[in-house]
Amino acid sequence: MDIRIPIGLLFVILGFILAAFGIWSAADAVLYARALGRNVNLWTGLLMLAFGGIMLLFPLLAARKKRSQNL
Amino acid sequence: MVENFTLGFIDYAIMAIYFIFVLGIGWALKKYMKSSSQFLEGGKNIPAWITGLAFISANLGALEVFGMGASGAKYGLMTAHFYLIGAIPAMIFLALFMMPFYYGSKARSVPEYLKLRFNEKTRGFNAFSFAIMTIFASGISMFALARLMEVMLHWNFNYSIIASAVVVLIYTYLGGLKSAIYNEVLQFFLIVVGFLPLVIIGLKDVGGWNGLTTQLNEVAVSKGYAAGTWTSMWQYMGSASSNPMGVDWIAMFMGLGFVLAFGYWCTNFLVVQRAMAANSMSGARRTPLIGALPKMFLPILVIVPGMIAMALMSMPGKGLVLIGNNGQTDYNMIIPTMLVHYYPTGILGLGITALMASFMSGMAGNVTAFNTVFTYDIYQSYFNPGKSDEHYLKVGQFATIFGVAISIAAAYVAANFNNIMDFLQLIFAFVNAPLFATFMLGMFWKKTTGNAAFWGLLAGTSASAVHYSVTIAEGKGGWLAHLAEYPSGMAQGFWTAIYAWSVCFIVTIVLTFFTRQLKTDSDLTGLVYSLTPKTRDEAGIVWYEKPVIMAVIIGAISIVLTIIFW
Repeated sequence: MDIRIPIGLLFVILGFILAAFGIWSAADAVLYARALGRNVNLWTGLLMLAFGGIMLLFPLLAARKKRSQNL
Repeated sequence: MVENFTLGFIDYAIMAIYFIFVLGIGWALKKYMKSSSQFLEGGKNIPAWITGLAFISANLGALEVFGMGASGAKYGLMTAHFYLIGAIPAMIFLALFMMPFYYGSKARSVPEYLKLRFNEKTRGFNAFSFAIMTIFASGISMFALARLMEVMLHWNFNYSIIASAVVVLIYTYLGGLKSAIYNEVLQFFLIVVGFLPLVIIGLKDVGGWNGLTTQLNEVAVSKGYAAGTWTSMWQYMGSASSNPMGVDWIAMFMGLGFVLAFGYWCTNFLVVQRAMAANSMSGARRTPLIGALPKMFLPILVIVPGMIAMALMSMPGKGLVLIGNNGQTDYNMIIPTMLVHYYPTGILGLGITALMASFMSGMAGNVTAFNTVFTYDIYQSYFNPGKSDEHYLKVGQFATIFGVAISIAAAYVAANFNNIMDFLQLIFAFVNAPLFATFMLGMFWKKTTGNAAFWGLLAGTSASAVHYSVTIAEGKGGWLAHLAEYPSGMAQGFWTAIYAWSVCFIVTIVLTFFTRQLKTDSDLTGLVYSLTPKTRDEAGIVWYEKPVIMAVIIGAISIVLTIIFW
């Protein structure tokens, strides 16, 4: 098992949930008052999406390389 | 007690998704668990970057998150010594000099190395003391996890204990060491992403690093220390009375930097086991070095929040309160309290998940080290040798259940003692400190005899018990007499370790001259430095994968960090 796949998937799923919720709740000033007015959900969500994407990219590229070698 | 907050559906959803992945990894690895070696040693086929991250993640349990956060508040940046001088040199030493003997010999565990190098009784002594230590460490992480679920999710404490035990049991029972290691990597990334926004918002709130420094200068002066004590590492270590840790540079250098650090990182099977699961000798040697790189920066995640909390508490307008149930300041709860203070719903679920991940990796790491030592070093050597591998696989699985079950008992013991963390630090000083002297002599002086090693180890462990019984610090220790008093528990711990190591070192050397060497040179090949051919790097590894080059780079970065935060 390539551990990068489950890590990548988890980060993409959680990142998507957080970012989507961040966009949906962006106007809620009361909610983000704790975080000094920063939309931490959106930013953390995007960070996780990017990281999860990179994690998934490695095994994807490796699989493609293998396929082209087999041809 | 934490301030008012509510968890929304989204927070619970994040936690639930995380648990599905954790259990799913265990489930997916189940089909590989056909032999005791797969289950207990991870099959020795894991890439070095994975074992390297697991190496530090297995440590990132309750003791580190609660303990380092609390120390960050109480002692400031000096706590970072636990990372720079207290981990990096030892990790480099393990990689360059000790790993060839662990990975290259037939030993499957640290106690088994002691058997091959010395004798059965030295192994037995270490196996039993290590087993007890892992159970307590696992119980403490379980206790912390259950407390967190009680405070944050309003679950019943007893149910929380059972729930956390069941989750860890399922994924370690299904996928063994490999499942624990894979989950530790997942947990490591979650901890980083869960805590990092907290540090950023917290720093913004106190006015950046400059604001933090100014505020902590005031705190330091109000407590009767020089202005920079909370934000520098070495500057105020000339004497023990000039810093809040109560430690001078000799105790720091010898106690933490030499004895405790090397004792912990080089001889504790919990971490060594991760490196031994790597797929090659160079992978095993790279493991501590790959771990060392993020390790140097972990203080940002665990110590800086403590410092921020200390600054915020001195700023009444900020409204951060750290009051425990007993009405005293509860430094252990710094990170959970700050999560609730700064995180809105959504990321709050992620933060709580990160904390749970940390405690679960602390538990699983200890459980997987326990079941290996129990199966190979206790059961197979003393109770039932010579059975089929299938039998030992069954025993390993049973030991996992049994280990989790007695960790539950240890968690309740932890719940009833408020100084259980100090207690565990003390066990580290008792078990690991003298052991490092035994290893140094065993690996680098071929004359060292088995009997000398055993009695030296026993003498060293007794020396730490005696030292702790005749000295006192913060009202602890001194059961027998009050011969000396230390300004802090930490100073007492460091000096206990120094005495334990020295006694073990001297007694082992002296006894070696009076006892017979029962091992021949050929017995010791692969176990002792002078009798082992020099380890060569495998052909085809790239320059930056060479352990020596990595060690130089890591050493250089840690020196730069030390100078910046001098």
